[in-house]
Amino acid sequence: MNLNALWAYANPKKFIQTTDKVLPWVSVLAVVSLIVGLVWGFFFTPDDYRQGSTVKIIYLHVPSALMAINVWLMMLVTSLIWIVRRHHVSALAARAAAPIGAVMTLIALATGAIWGQPMWGTWWAWDPRLTSFLILFLFYLGYMALWEAIDNDDTAADLTSILCLVGSVFALLSRYAVNFWNQGLHQGASLSLDKEENVADVFWYPLLVCIAGFVLLFIALVLLRTRTEIRARRMRALLARERMG
Amino acid sequence: MMPDLGKYAEAVLSSYAVSLVLLVALVWLSVRRSKRIQKQLQDIEMKAKRNG
Repeated sequence: MNLNALWAYANPKKFIQTTDKVLPWVSVLAVVSLIVGLVWGFFFTPDDYRQGSTVKIIYLHVPSALMAINVWLMMLVTSLIWIVRRHHVSALAARAAAPIGAVMTLIALATGAIWGQPMWGTWWAWDPRLTSFLILFLFYLGYMALWEAIDNDDTAADLTSILCLVGSVFALLSRYAVNFWNQGLHQGASLSLDKEENVADVFWYPLLVCIAGFVLLFIALVLLRTRTEIRARRMRALLARERMG
Repeated sequence: MMPDLGKYAEAVLSSYAVSLVLLVALVWLSVRRSKRIQKQLQDIEMKAKRNG
């Protein structure tokens, strides 16, 4: 595949034409996999021998935490494309992704706190992973606020791209905090390529479906929201032209 | 049909409730804004066309 062909999608018109066809399919797949995964996990998996029925929270907590980190990494890639190649669609895609990442982080924090209370005896601890996730959430809020605070789209894209580069440190820390500090209440990764470290198959398969559902939901939402940002940008440009006479 | 969640029922159900509310709100707000901006842009484009 010719990688240069990818740059065609940096054209807003081409992006909207292509996503017109893709978006309905991705949306349907996202809804179906989320329903299948969550129903399977909630109704048809057993309790864990140590954690009891709270293990069912894994189907929301793990996919949302994965997305919280990976959405920021997607924003990092699109921000770098903006910095290097000045493609507006990439900057707008980063902008479109931020609220989705913030919601994913909030779900991971909320379900983690609710799960932590019966298991650890506390809603919150200043544990390396929990703390880095909280900071990541604050970075998402700061990123969105910065976009809103600046009128000029190009300046906003420049500044938010720099903020995204800085915040990437915390996105990576959120992922590897448990390994770096090896302390705190949070356990190591639930998912691993090493079968010995992975969760049992009975939890693993519905979890995989839920992760696929969250990824597809993200793709559907980021396409929809990027289209909205492209249109909003065009609208601002037309209004500015009208004001100038 | 409903599984027996035992003493952790409150924790499990509240996790699902919070997450689903947040996800549905995110989807609803995204779709609503998309429709609103699309409509506004159409209006502005038509107005611009009329004015030449």
